[in-house]
Amino acid sequence: MNNLGLIISFLVIGAGLLWFLLRALQGKEVERRIIFVFIGLAVSVPILFSITFAEKASPIVKAVYDKIENLPDGSRVLISYDYGPSMAPEVEPMSNAFLRHSLAKGHKVYLMGLWATGQSIAATAIDSVVRREFPEKVYGVDFVNLGYKAGNQGVLNVIITDIRKMYLTDVGGIDLDSLPIMDGIKSLRNMNLLMSVGGGFPGIKEWIQFAGDPGHIPVAGGSAAVSAPLLYPYYPTQLLGLLGGIKGAAEYEAELKRHYPQFADTPQPGIKMMGPQTLAHLVIMAFIIIGNISFFVARRRRG
Amino acid sequence: MNGSRWTMIVLIAVVTLFLVSWAIKSFPSSGDTISWPSIRHAFFVTLAAFVTLAIFSFLYKDNPYYKFAEHLFVGVSAAYWMCVGFWSTFVGNLIPRISPGLSKFFGVPYKEFTFYYFVPLILGILLLMRLSSKAGWLSRWALAFIVGTTAGLNLIRYLRSDFISQVSNTFVPLLVQWKGTGAFFSDFSLASGGQFTLMLTNWVIFIGTFCGLIYFFFSKEHKGVFGAASRVGIWVLMITFGASFGYTVMGRVSLLVGRLTFLFDDWLGLMN
Amino acid sequence: MKRKIPVIITSLVGTVLILSVFFPPAERMGEDFSIFFDIIAVFAFFLGGGNLVRIHGNKIYKKARDWGFSAVTLAGFFLMLAAGLFKIANPGGIAADVTAQGSLFQMLYDWIFNPLGASMYALLAFYVASASYRAFRAKNKEATILLIAAFIILLGRTPLGVYATAWIPEQFSLMQIPNLAIWIMTAPNLAGQRAIMIGIALGVISMSLRLILGVERTYLGTDNE
Repeated sequence: MNNLGLIISFLVIGAGLLWFLLRALQGKEVERRIIFVFIGLAVSVPILFSITFAEKASPIVKAVYDKIENLPDGSRVLISYDYGPSMAPEVEPMSNAFLRHSLAKGHKVYLMGLWATGQSIAATAIDSVVRREFPEKVYGVDFVNLGYKAGNQGVLNVIITDIRKMYLTDVGGIDLDSLPIMDGIKSLRNMNLLMSVGGGFPGIKEWIQFAGDPGHIPVAGGSAAVSAPLLYPYYPTQLLGLLGGIKGAAEYEAELKRHYPQFADTPQPGIKMMGPQTLAHLVIMAFIIIGNISFFVARRRRG
Repeated sequence: MNGSRWTMIVLIAVVTLFLVSWAIKSFPSSGDTISWPSIRHAFFVTLAAFVTLAIFSFLYKDNPYYKFAEHLFVGVSAAYWMCVGFWSTFVGNLIPRISPGLSKFFGVPYKEFTFYYFVPLILGILLLMRLSSKAGWLSRWALAFIVGTTAGLNLIRYLRSDFISQVSNTFVPLLVQWKGTGAFFSDFSLASGGQFTLMLTNWVIFIGTFCGLIYFFFSKEHKGVFGAASRVGIWVLMITFGASFGYTVMGRVSLLVGRLTFLFDDWLGLMN
Repeated sequence: MKRKIPVIITSLVGTVLILSVFFPPAERMGEDFSIFFDIIAVFAFFLGGGNLVRIHGNKIYKKARDWGFSAVTLAGFFLMLAAGLFKIANPGGIAADVTAQGSLFQMLYDWIFNPLGASMYALLAFYVASASYRAFRAKNKEATILLIAAFIILLGRTPLGVYATAWIPEQFSLMQIPNLAIWIMTAPNLAGQRAIMIGIALGVISMSLRLILGVERTYLGTDNE
């Protein structure tokens, strides 16, 4: 199925690109709606054939994986859901993979969000990942959802010194002091690893500025592709590792699958999305080349 | 055929397709009997698919279906942020500090009465004065608090994380694993983890950052050595923008893949 | 009164938050001010909602052009608001998480807000493709450098890059496209982004100082407002 899908995809894309090339050589314009239809097709065909490729973790992704892996069992890991629907398809696979990995390693997981939408996403993650794959994990003992608080970096400025001052209760109104997972937690400084998944404001940058740097706490991130390049200046001293875009998610999922056979059958949206992603990149690159051919042909004709 | 008749036909077709899709999705695939949850789920999946298609219809041209979806999005998102903000922070952080009665009403544990928490309540109400044309100037007090907090919070953090740390991290060793000139040339390789690559990386980071900053320095004319450094800065910045463009393409395509996967899988059930 | 008090508030709050970093006794005050800020942020959400109702309500009242779509905005707004404020169909009742699974609020998020938001941004993929075909031209040296970097990243961030350059021996592995893409990100991209970051940091620091010292007052608007 993978090979057949790949052949059909290449045929469809190849035929289309050939047509674009011929138009370019003839110096003819292409209507933008034809470009839209073509890019839609180029992405749809590989999705329908579920084309996937093998992935290998790059050093910046491996650094995050190794950090979670090498923390002693029972370490405290905080995952912040700092994103909304505009980024969800590419970063949700990352947050789910972080959650899965942390729970499988036996770490205590604290969920929260600096985006209001993060509260809905965290609730969905608990339902779709924790309850289904880790039914033995107990709320309040192995994981807790602190929810969202308004105020962006203002929230971080408080919880870096006193979590209970900001979070009087968990997301469901339960007093934090009645939850065993909160024993011994005064501030973010008691966490072993902070992970922010997002790509906008507030997000990984604010976690570094307001928590990681002042508290000397390791920060790792999962970022939407658009903002991933902006975070490289922090790597590796202030940001220990980063998953950039869906490729980063796919690499992490592959690494997780390689070391944890129990995750072989769990959903791997990152790996699944890399098939259409790859072919779409091919089309964009071909568009740039053909567009430039068209430009130089026109320039030569004009003399 | 005139415009309004054509519009009516399209509307009827869209409504019919919606109802058909809802009806088909309502029947569970495993042969179970039809139930309220399955009808509700079918309705929402169909609705999500139709609003997705309504947004995509903009690719053809601006049209009422796109406008409908766009306006719906604005309304729903504003209310979403309001509600989550209200329950998480207004009820979660303010009420337990000012009123035992309201704490009981909202089902949150009462903490202790802290009189100065009336300050944000008053400032918040003053912010809402913005809606009034006569008392609108009072909202400046709340705005001043917001601006002051942001300035106070950002000043130190930017200074530490984005200035001092960045400058410090730029001073990297320019000779890495150095065992002498002879060893350098005899062991020379372009391996990604090799000595030359590590040194090249550090040289590029040091010179690239320096030249990039020179490019942004406009108080001196970009001529001579300064101009040459500025040109190197432009090239480094062009590579940076190229990388950002590559990543932007990747991000946008991922979102499209996500939506199309929803349409093909969750709605049409075309995938395994 | 209209301008002096706001300037004093800004200076006071900004100064306290700076001092709270250096003096532990001021830390508690810094925390409280941050929480005040968070609570006022919620009022900003209310203000946004109020403004939305005012603008679209006016359009409906005046039967302005496309007023029907304003009705759609308000219908969506009030439906979501009611679902959230009254926690309709929330399995845990009034004290439970507003986004609890099964609640109408979460359903509206999952099936209306989420698809609308994601689709709106997914549209951009089509425009990026169109721009690639029509706008990205290697017109000069700088544009060519940008395009080459973009090409390497686009290729290197997919398995295609692995297949295309797997034949290059290990001794020259930097020339393998995926490794080259990683190198571009961690060397020239890092340098360029760092230069931009340092520039922005200096801007933020100087603007913050101007605000705290009361030199910058444009945020207060004009006296006519």
